[in-house]
Amino acid sequence: MSATFTDTATLASDGTVGVVIEGKSPRQLAWMRFRRDKFALAAAGVILFYIFAAAFAPVICAVLGISPYELDGDALNDFGLPKGAFGGISSEHWLGVEPGTGRDILARLLYGARVSLLVGFLGTLLTTTIGVMIGIFAGYRRGKVDAVVGRFMDLTLAFPSFLLIIALTRPFTQRLESLGVPEGNPARLTYIVLVLATFGWVYVARVVRGQTLSLREREFVEAARASGAGTGHIVFKQLLPNLWAPVIVIVSLSLPGYVATESTLSFLGLGMLPPAASWGVMLGDSVKYYRADPTYLFIPGVALIVLVLAFNILGDAVRDALDPKADRQTL
Amino acid sequence: MLLFVTRRILFALALLLAVSFFTYMLFAMLPADPAALTCGKNCKPEIIEANRVRLGYDKPLLEQYWLFIKGFFVGRDYGVGAAAFSCPAPSLGYSFSQHECVTTLIARTFPVTFYLSLGAFILWMTLGIGLGTIAALKRGRWQDRAATTFSAVGVSLPTFYIGLLVLFSFCIWLRILPFPSYESPFEDPLSFLTTMILPWTTLAVLSAAGYTRLTRNGMLEAMNEDFVRLGIAKGLRRRTIIRKYVLRSALVPIVTIAGLDFAALLGGAIITESVFSLPGMGRMSIRAVVESDLPVLVGTTMTAAVFIVLANVVVDVLYGVLDPRVRSK
Repeated sequence: MSATFTDTATLASDGTVGVVIEGKSPRQLAWMRFRRDKFALAAAGVILFYIFAAAFAPVICAVLGISPYELDGDALNDFGLPKGAFGGISSEHWLGVEPGTGRDILARLLYGARVSLLVGFLGTLLTTTIGVMIGIFAGYRRGKVDAVVGRFMDLTLAFPSFLLIIALTRPFTQRLESLGVPEGNPARLTYIVLVLATFGWVYVARVVRGQTLSLREREFVEAARASGAGTGHIVFKQLLPNLWAPVIVIVSLSLPGYVATESTLSFLGLGMLPPAASWGVMLGDSVKYYRADPTYLFIPGVALIVLVLAFNILGDAVRDALDPKADRQTL
Repeated sequence: MLLFVTRRILFALALLLAVSFFTYMLFAMLPADPAALTCGKNCKPEIIEANRVRLGYDKPLLEQYWLFIKGFFVGRDYGVGAAAFSCPAPSLGYSFSQHECVTTLIARTFPVTFYLSLGAFILWMTLGIGLGTIAALKRGRWQDRAATTFSAVGVSLPTFYIGLLVLFSFCIWLRILPFPSYESPFEDPLSFLTTMILPWTTLAVLSAAGYTRLTRNGMLEAMNEDFVRLGIAKGLRRRTIIRKYVLRSALVPIVTIAGLDFAALLGGAIITESVFSLPGMGRMSIRAVVESDLPVLVGTTMTAAVFIVLANVVVDVLYGVLDPRVRSK
């Protein structure tokens, strides 16, 4: 039998020709496993839908003829509560209106998604970039560099982060404003993103450092080094591609956490300022009308739950898909 | 082993010293003037200046920090003559807005935070490990989906939202429980329980979620290990394998993280305590933020840091006991 080693084996195990078994790269295998997971595909669809809705919020609002700031007194009764059942849901206001002001909830939800997603994505981007860079640096250089970075990580982790985030909001947004960041919400948004990264990078760096420490001893890295590859090539072409899997998983799990942190800060009055809409502002607001207008309480909450759920399902699915042992099961 | 423990403790002390330095400097650089906050609106500049001298805020920053550290070990006296008062060691400063030593304030609020954390901890470990085990054993079936969904929702919802939802549902809508009003468990155990059950549940639901996921993934990983295959080959019963080998190996990292999470909670469950108006350290911190009460903020930050660092040492030493390879490093 003269077997030739090509990507496509045309010989089946019993020697008959005709059954085509294609060789697949780990990436293709992961994609194959991922595609099989209907929940994961649905989750990815939901996330894309949210991003689309947030990006085109002004267009959607213009088409539907709604605005997140316009006060509609006609939609409210004498007590300042929405007319009609379920928080004033009507053909004009699809998700009803806000009690007290009569602003359209759908429009505010769409504009709120912009803030929440922006904080989530910017926070994740900054955290991951810093974390991956420091993690690779420490893991690759080892020795003294690693020790210094390690102590610095211990120090960062020793601070109660949430307390500091709250305590430093006012002075630091003022500092940002004096540095030329536009006053109000831009400064507050910048602060939230920066402070999330200040405390968040450690979690990414820890994982990346550990992975780098073991990867750098592997044969393919040694082979690259032996054939004269520079540090840049080894870091970007050899190490980085192997670090994506754990990083993606951390990202998918931390992003919802950032969205939740923004809403908590807004709830405490330290996040976005009214009349700007954010899901946190809406959640905090709706709680006051818990009895009179329960619909208002549920809408931003459900929007948040669905988004976060989608990210979690996606993260789990990616983790499962990237796990080469996923198809094996002994028990 | 002794050397390993000693080194870890020394490092922890150095770390705490660094944390105290950064915390003190960070808060000292804030625009708030602690002396101006010592008396109300109708305050005369002379009184502010007098208080500034009395509290030591007229001294250079580094000297202030030194007095703070010294005060922790030997106590601290403020002012002279008839108006003098002192905070005995371990002193963390004096809160003028509450007219008490910070240590006294923390000693009073800490038990509340401790009971809250302990109850929530027991609940969430039971719930998390239980659900995670079910999810792993029924992988891919509806039980797995339900547990995974619960964990995803729980991990993602903001604490204040769940807390308020639970509070309104049980205390206003269903009227099953009275509105929370904290009583010491030694004075009024029944009232303590009815107050604490909702905050415990809130924290437990939020934290159990992460543990469900960890237990599930840990068990699934362990099921692929060779020792499990060996167990099957030996003909051990499935229950024995799961209880004695799979669960045990999955629990090691969980116990570690649980220790760290519990310690983080002891520093004050800020949102939960605020929502359920529990007079714990977290709610005191929020009040201190609103009032720019810097001594209290430094005090609570340091207390929280002590718990975090302490938990890290305990976990490290436990690891050293479990795995001899760690010690030599």
